[in-house]
Amino acid sequence: MRVEGAIRFIILSEIVFPIVLLIFGIYHGVMQVLYRAGFIKAESFLGIDYYQGLTLHGVINVIVFTTIFIVGFSNALVMYALKKPLREKVQWIAWAMMIGGTLMAAWAMFTGRATVLYTFYPPLIAHWTFYLGAVLLVLGSLVPFFFDWIPNAIAWKRENPDQKIPLAVFGTFVNFILWTIMIVPVAVEILFQLLPLSLGLVDEINPLLARTLFWFFGHPVVYFWLLPAYVALYTILPKIVSEKGKLYSDPAARLAFVLFLIFSLPVGLHHQFTDPGITNTWKLIHALFTFGVALPSMITAFTVAASLEYSVKVEHPELKDSKFYWWAFLPYFKMEGLKWLFPFFFSGLILFFIGGITGIINASYNVNLVVHNTAYVPGHFHTTVGGLVLMVFFGMALYMIAKLKGTDVKFKGLAMISPYLWLAGQMIFSNAMMIGGLLEGWPRRTNSGLTYLNPDSPFYRPDWEGYALFSVIGGVIMGIAFLIYLVPFFATLLAPSTKESTIEFPFAEAYHDEPAPLLNNLRTWTVAAIVLAVLSYIPPLYDAAVRGVFFKSPAYIEKFPVPLKQLQQSKKEEPSGQEVVRR
Amino acid sequence: MDRAEKIGLTLALIMLLGFFVLVVYAAKGLKIDIPTCITDVEPFQQGKLIKHADKRYELHILAKMWLFDFNEGATQIKLPVGSVVDVYVTSKDVVHGVHINDTNFNVMAIPGTVGYLRVKFEKPGVYHVVCHEFCGVGHHAMEGKIVVE
Ligand code: HEM
Ligand SMILES: [Cu+2]
Ligand SMILES: [Cu+2]
Repeated sequence: MRVEGAIRFIILSEIVFPIVLLIFGIYHGVMQVLYRAGFIKAESFLGIDYYQGLTLHGVINVIVFTTIFIVGFSNALVMYALKKPLREKVQWIAWAMMIGGTLMAAWAMFTGRATVLYTFYPPLIAHWTFYLGAVLLVLGSLVPFFFDWIPNAIAWKRENPDQKIPLAVFGTFVNFILWTIMIVPVAVEILFQLLPLSLGLVDEINPLLARTLFWFFGHPVVYFWLLPAYVALYTILPKIVSEKGKLYSDPAARLAFVLFLIFSLPVGLHHQFTDPGITNTWKLIHALFTFGVALPSMITAFTVAASLEYSVKVEHPELKDSKFYWWAFLPYFKMEGLKWLFPFFFSGLILFFIGGITGIINASYNVNLVVHNTAYVPGHFHTTVGGLVLMVFFGMALYMIAKLKGTDVKFKGLAMISPYLWLAGQMIFSNAMMIGGLLEGWPRRTNSGLTYLNPDSPFYRPDWEGYALFSVIGGVIMGIAFLIYLVPFFATLLAPSTKESTIEFPFAEAYHDEPAPLLNNLRTWTVAAIVLAVLSYIPPLYDAAVRGVFFKSPAYIEKFPVPLKQLQQSKKEEPSGQEVVRR
Repeated sequence: MDRAEKIGLTLALIMLLGFFVLVVYAAKGLKIDIPTCITDVEPFQQGKLIKHADKRYELHILAKMWLFDFNEGATQIKLPVGSVVDVYVTSKDVVHGVHINDTNFNVMAIPGTVGYLRVKFEKPGVYHVVCHEFCGVGHHAMEGKIVVE
């Protein structure tokens, strides 16, 4: 499908802008391993403090990069699958909101006015531009869904009354329905708690309520990142393996998406197992639902493996009866056709296998006491969002850029090396983080090189040294893998166009297919998801708002152990004094 | 759904249910449980170590920017081996995390609330208490020690 003018520019920039931002994001990742191990023993480097850098790392990598890229990728998927053009006005509004919001929040973070990490737990408070920027970004990302894709899908349905909606659109819609629902609690947190406090309209906040609203959003958001990758696994991966490749089962894919819609929301308390103030029976119920949401990932693992097997075997009929030997014939390092994309998917899948298992460990209620907020946690999620999600996004970004630019992918060999190198680095890095956290309690979110990994400090913990060293080795390899990826990325982006710009995806047909009217009734499943989410959150929200919290707290900034209001007053009293308060 | 899919789905369900049953057994049978909603102990303003009986203590940990107050300002305390301690935590200012290394005590300190777990210190040694939630510029130096001898 041809694309030109504004739509081409918008989709292209929704891919390029987040990846360029990632240069800052990943730079801080590499810095963090160096700081944490004590290779850099300092509060800050090149004018950016450790925790400011960590805020940038978290916000850029998992809030900005993911959101904007997912909008761009989903724009392209929906447009191509429904064969309907996008609306320029709608797309410009979304684009401006997302980019504008990002710039606002970036200003706050880069100038040190929002060193609150990407979870922005109060009573630490940031400048209001940080919160408003975040709100603009997420609201902007909803605009295409409501004003472009839904009307297009309705029109498509009218023209094709007895076909089911294409799987890529189905998965994308489940994802954005989920996204819409989960934004409500975090929007309430920001608009009714954080912004008023940040603007000085109120003096106090209930931090436990804010955390609970945040995690009502904060768990399902990981599925918002993951589902686009799943869409690609189901609809595109079989065709990468073989031109004749097929998806094993279309209803199984739809079942997985519907299960995600239902079980992604009533699980947020698994991030608050160690929080006071919330009755643990409700935490146990959320733990049960968390095991429920592992099910669609297991279904996906099954369907993906079956699709790989089918797709290898159509290309190699001699393998018909092999049980395991066919694994040796996957296109691990082949350039022809679309096979160059396979290393991205394969590395991602290996990492996600680890991520899935370690996620179940995390989610296991009392087992969480051993790992909560240790380095284990970032070890785990670098194999999920920094694994499958990132690898699939990198592969699809390169593929789409070449199509949109009307050229071929340049330096394919380097493009194929980078995911394997990332996989290798990630194996070393995430294992070091996970084991150091699990066995020795090495904390996350800590500039440990200044104290715990500093032999001159009274807090020195020599037992953490080995893990820190391996996290550096792995982290540096990941940094190199990213640099290698940037070569084909920019070479393709800057290459002259030789063909017309298009959007197209190699969607695979299904091997097993049947009409599944019940599964396709998204309206019913959406209502069910909302009802379950609300029911599972009424009691914990009541605990957090009323029973478990004795009084509210004043705002603080990260630099001083006294409330912000008090700082501002003492500043007013002695205007000649040091410029200690920033706002 | 074909046979292989049915078998796969059943195995997945059995495995997940098995995990869940084990978790519930550990929590309710072996009493390795996680913090719950405390409504009868008010957030305190100071750390305190109270001895109730031989090897029975109550410890109020006040986390604040950037130290743990275990007992009227002390960042280090001593306990006899085998002590069973009811540990309560709260925060004076922002959110902190309290992890007593080598134990299952891992509780967030949130201002306005009280967290609780019981710990038994069975082995002698130094138990490091580490703050693991970002709480400001001094966060990486927020450490305390419980010496068990
Ligand atoms: C060279 C690559 C990378 C390295 C070396 C790296 C390293 C790290 C380290 C050491 C931490 C923990 C810091 C701490 O807790 O004190 C961290 C946190 C984090 N990383 Fe990465 N990272 C990399 C890439 C990524 C990517 C690609 C993503 C996501 C797409 C990502 C997402 C995150 C998130 C969400 C956190 C948590 C931040 C927080 O706790 O507030 N990282 N990273
Ligand atoms: Cu979660
Ligand atoms: Cu702290």
